[in-house]
Amino acid sequence: MSILINERTKVIVQGFTGDKATFHANEMICYGTNLVGGVTPGKGGLKHLDRPVFNTVKDAVAATGAEASLAFVPPAYAADALMEAADAGLRLVCIITDGIPAQDMMRVKRYLMRYPKEKRTLVVGPNCAGIISPGKAMLGIMPGHIYTRGNVGIVSRSGTLGYEAAAQMTALGIGVSTSVGIGGDPINGSSFLDHMALFEADPETKAVVMIGEIGGPQEAEASQWIKENMTKPVVGYVAGLTAPKGRRMGHAGAIISAEGDTAAEKAEIMMSYGLHVSPSASELGATVARALATL
Amino acid sequence: MDIHEYQAKELLAKFGVPVPRGSVAYSPDQAVYVATELGGWHWAVKAQVHAGGRGKAGGIRLCRTYGEVAQAAKDLLGKTLVTAQTGPEGKIVQRLYIEVAEPFEREIYLGLVLDRKAQRIRVVASAEGGMEIEDIAKSKPDSIRQVQVEPAVGLQPFQARELAFGLGLNIKQVSRAVTAIMGCYRAFRDLDATMVEINPLVVTKDNRVLALDAKMSFDDNALFRRPQISEMRDPSQEDPREAQANQHGLNYVGLAGDIGCIINGAGLAMATMDMIKYAGGEPANFLDVGGGASPERVAEAFRLVLSDRNVKAILVNIFAGINRCDWVAQGVVQAARDLRVPLVVRLAGTNVEAGKQIIKESGLPIISADTLADAAEKAVAAAHGKAA
Repeated sequence: MSILINERTKVIVQGFTGDKATFHANEMICYGTNLVGGVTPGKGGLKHLDRPVFNTVKDAVAATGAEASLAFVPPAYAADALMEAADAGLRLVCIITDGIPAQDMMRVKRYLMRYPKEKRTLVVGPNCAGIISPGKAMLGIMPGHIYTRGNVGIVSRSGTLGYEAAAQMTALGIGVSTSVGIGGDPINGSSFLDHMALFEADPETKAVVMIGEIGGPQEAEASQWIKENMTKPVVGYVAGLTAPKGRRMGHAGAIISAEGDTAAEKAEIMMSYGLHVSPSASELGATVARALATL
Repeated sequence: MDIHEYQAKELLAKFGVPVPRGSVAYSPDQAVYVATELGGWHWAVKAQVHAGGRGKAGGIRLCRTYGEVAQAAKDLLGKTLVTAQTGPEGKIVQRLYIEVAEPFEREIYLGLVLDRKAQRIRVVASAEGGMEIEDIAKSKPDSIRQVQVEPAVGLQPFQARELAFGLGLNIKQVSRAVTAIMGCYRAFRDLDATMVEINPLVVTKDNRVLALDAKMSFDDNALFRRPQISEMRDPSQEDPREAQANQHGLNYVGLAGDIGCIINGAGLAMATMDMIKYAGGEPANFLDVGGGASPERVAEAFRLVLSDRNVKAILVNIFAGINRCDWVAQGVVQAARDLRVPLVVRLAGTNVEAGKQIIKESGLPIISADTLADAAEKAVAAAHGKAA
């Protein structure tokens, strides 16, 4: 098991024929992802990477039975693409795009609420590296070769810090069940908490690493949920101890603007809810090893 | 992106928010001319900088004569104003806003923000205007009233009315306050703002409601569809290095330390800065070279970091995913010739061995590091003039 995706998950790519999408779709195929086609409006009927192209997501779902998509759509059209995917009944959409207006994401989140919970699309991202279930499938842009298959889940706002954690774990012989990048934007499709609940329910996952950063309330929310509901050990880390107040640190969501937004405050909260807090980014792997040793 | 008070007032007035009469001035002569044109008996001469706390810092002068207006303008123009929000380096005053000063009876706080928890726009009001919202939240939390906006239908007048009645306004004032609140909301929504703050919103003796101050910030991600907002950018209020970085698709934030950082990924950049601190040093900057760290971008990053004269060592930390380390290493080697400070490079990820080989064979005095901790320790030692 793993969460969100495995080797059987039928995947399409939205914005399939663009340069970046083509490159990463090819990487995903090489990794073993079950990529069944893609969508580019106006190019329906063509073949791309040996797979069918469709004009609409609904067409793609009808013809292929696709259940998940990776969206490579420019910021101005991203909200539209996400709503189209939701309306076509996809279970999961992962959106890589950086630079989507916050109010667009707000409207997307509201739109998703139209559907009953069991039919609601789970959006991962935007501004993220994607999802990988090592050895099974990849729905994203990460370097697949740094991950080994195993029992620890990773959920991270930052792409590169997720890689860093995976590489440190691999060096210690610890593998990953699924790694999810939730993205660096102020309004995410899904939060730490959403994925924590999935990892808790996944029999293959024995422990989880949560990699946060400055800005926003989601590390605190997830930590409280972990304390109250989670049976598996969770390792926490928050980047940005040296970040000054009120300055955006690269990610649109990485800004200290309210109480509880600083890295120190978040680490404190994680600690108070019983997480294994990694004192620095270079000790992520070692902290995971210590957490696993408590099992 | 931030704009000036006068620009925010111009925008808000178009959405029906009542503002005092005023105009911008770039010289003392122009300030006096504006005051004569506006008429009235009293004028506020207000320094236009992208920061709050101007009043306490002496950036706002109340004037009773044209002579006082001229003097205030002379004093303020060209001055570097240091307020509680500018940081010690302050912000330069190049524009003034001259406004008719009217007596008022009450000061109200009105703010609209993007609430990250609720993932909605939130409208906040308090009868304790004139104070910073953080201070109101601490000293008079009961005075704060707020409503959340349902994104599908937008802010409704009843919500604005609830806020206005909650502030203890009379019925005449309520209807005008509702106009102001609804106008601020429409401006927030239609212009892709992330913050609108009217502090204070004042109530006059004759029951008028006026936005005495106005602050607006905008979503950088939405500027592509808001050209009229992009045009309001004032480079004099921004760090020139940050503006330069922006032009090259780099993310740069200048800090006070002495170890320059060149890193791919915002999260890894922050974590590396933390590691430097952990190792006893201070980062000079945040810099994310982004996913496609081409040799040109890496070269530009070096130029940017070195333009900070405090930098005593540079730390390059690249976790290559889509990039390949050998490609990044070539860029680093090119950029690192004739470097005036020690350079520590840590490469990881795709093609790491080939990358390390290129660094080694370059013959340049580049210090290699294997792990994040190793890199930070070596950079701190190098900056302090010690061999690691």
